[in-house]
Amino acid sequence: MSLLEIKNLHASVNGNEILKGIDLTVNPGEVHSIMGPNGSGKSTLAQVLARRESYEVTAGSITFAGKDLLEMKPEDAACEGLFMAFQYPVEIPGISNAYFLRAALNAVRKYRGEDEMDAMDFLPLLRQKMRMLEMDEKFLNRPVNEGFSGGEKKRNEIVQMAVLEPKLAVLDETDSGLDIDALKIVANGVNAMRSKDRAMVVVTHYQRLLDYIVPDFVHVLVNGRIVKSGGPELALELEQKGYSWTEGELTGVRR
Amino acid sequence: MIAEIQIPEKYLETFDQSNSRTAAQPRWLQSLRQEAFARFSESGFPTTHDEDWRFTNVSAVAGTQFGLAEQANVAKKDLEQFDIAGFSCQLIFVNGLFSEELSIIPSAKSVKISNLAAQLAQDPAGVEQHLGRYLNTERDAFAALNSAFIEDGLCVEVAAGVVVEQPIYALFITVPGATPTMNHPRNLVVVGESSQVTIVEDYASLGEGTSFSNTATELVAGDNANVLHYMVVREGESAYNFSTLRIQQGRSANVATHSLLLGGALIRNNVHPVLAGEGSECLINGLFMANGRQHMDNYMLVEHASPHCNSRQFYNGILNGQARGVFHGRIIVHKDAQKTDAKQTNRNLLLSDDAQIDTKPQLEIYADDVKCTHGATIGQVDENALFYLRSRGLGEVSARDLLLLAFANECLDRMNSPQVREHLERLVVARLPESAQFSGEGSAQVVERNWEEVG
Repeated sequence: MSLLEIKNLHASVNGNEILKGIDLTVNPGEVHSIMGPNGSGKSTLAQVLARRESYEVTAGSITFAGKDLLEMKPEDAACEGLFMAFQYPVEIPGISNAYFLRAALNAVRKYRGEDEMDAMDFLPLLRQKMRMLEMDEKFLNRPVNEGFSGGEKKRNEIVQMAVLEPKLAVLDETDSGLDIDALKIVANGVNAMRSKDRAMVVVTHYQRLLDYIVPDFVHVLVNGRIVKSGGPELALELEQKGYSWTEGELTGVRR
Repeated sequence: MIAEIQIPEKYLETFDQSNSRTAAQPRWLQSLRQEAFARFSESGFPTTHDEDWRFTNVSAVAGTQFGLAEQANVAKKDLEQFDIAGFSCQLIFVNGLFSEELSIIPSAKSVKISNLAAQLAQDPAGVEQHLGRYLNTERDAFAALNSAFIEDGLCVEVAAGVVVEQPIYALFITVPGATPTMNHPRNLVVVGESSQVTIVEDYASLGEGTSFSNTATELVAGDNANVLHYMVVREGESAYNFSTLRIQQGRSANVATHSLLLGGALIRNNVHPVLAGEGSECLINGLFMANGRQHMDNYMLVEHASPHCNSRQFYNGILNGQARGVFHGRIIVHKDAQKTDAKQTNRNLLLSDDAQIDTKPQLEIYADDVKCTHGATIGQVDENALFYLRSRGLGEVSARDLLLLAFANECLDRMNSPQVREHLERLVVARLPESAQFSGEGSAQVVERNWEEVG
């Protein structure tokens, strides 16, 4: 059974249709990359998957782990095992990273009928995940994302993913703005999380990320539609020819 | 106009009653009280035409006939609900009067922890040196009223060069009667040179009914003293709580006063530090959380009277329902107070359309080399932050609560006695809409923090 099944998805923001019929199937263990130019709808797709309410789905369906994702609130989707790494992680002053993450993990565990974790058990786990992302322990007690650099915020997203162990991780432009060292650290963290049970959808603007996180499938999103799908070699082709090439393809193959 | 003349007359009878209860007081105190009562009779209650009371209408207090509260029966187990068992030094006052059987006062060297009535009997001359010397009864009718009814309260005297390790916790329990009652606790804290002490004043109700707690505290911080002061108001739904904290700071004295206002129909919280000694420092930090039709008014008057003093004001308000909050931050920099550094920040979260906040900075600067800043914000819960938390699995109500706790933590984090902070965080968490979600977590968080600091 596929983990994620998107069929003919149409979505609007403030009455403007951004997604105009997306079809995508993701199986456990697979890594899919969604590439596309600015404004093509990449982030909208990620936000719809994470169930942001301001994105209105006007047609189509999404099935996640056998359930109707469009019926789920953001917290339900998270508890069912969907995780989105934000393009712009939010700063929350007044709550420490450790406290926030334990509250989140316990919400997910409670939903799954598992025992909640106390601080004594949780801290070693969190420390281990932070070491994996080469994050200093001082970030444990710093307020969530407050005063973090761009790279630190992105690493913190992957730490959260590592703690919550989702079935499906959606990475929304996690590479944007990272220097090469930070990019390698993030990619190593993501790669360490790859498993036969876990799928990932990596949304990116730049081919560079795919040198480090090698996808199984690449999809090119233009103007709200997937215009081309292929293997990792498609990313390289795209790098050489640019997005305008696919736009040309699109006019040729429009249904 | 007629009403204004009549008001104090109602108090004449209770004043006589109070006099008969306190006949043993020294002569100087009796005349101090007489003068204060005369002052109150002359001024009457303030109205909203008075600039200092523009946002707070006290007619509900002025229009109620309050009898003088009597000592009431409170059992040891009645104290459990106030959750203060962790404090080893507890002074319990019932309706403003000290209860010896309920209190626990460990014996301590070089520090007198007592109640005012006892201290007046034991060392009237010592009390006379400070009591009534600082509180301004001219400009505030409630301070005058309190002074007129001085009978009992917390009395702490710390000798020079002493560090008092355990917080001194004073719990003032109002037990409302069948008819409205009032009590006027009067507290005196005198801290000697280079000494250190932590004081908690906590006002709570046992049962519902109309009551009026009109309190005043004079806190004298000697040269180089370090004082942590906490003010908690968690009274009942029909309780009026008016308080004035008057702080007198000596040279290089460092005072922090933290307020947590949670319960009461109408609360007026006056904080009035005078930085009289050079190089002294004052932190005024507070959190007020109002719901329903509660009204919480914070009136700050920070007087810089000497050079090189710092003051910091941070007040956060969380207002829900039809609640109304007020933050009035007045800073006066006297002529000689050069190099003053005064800062004031008031941040507010409005959780409903009907909640309201009036925030007003008022700077009066008579020196020419000073730094004074103020700022205020009013906002709602950040929807982006809410979505972020929900996307990590937290339910909407829990996520909202966590954001409120985060906002409250900005103030709680400045409270540097870990034991008191933990206690106050529990009180805050209990006021959150879905409090069960976080109960008991607060302490774990503090423990985590301490670990990290140590290790």
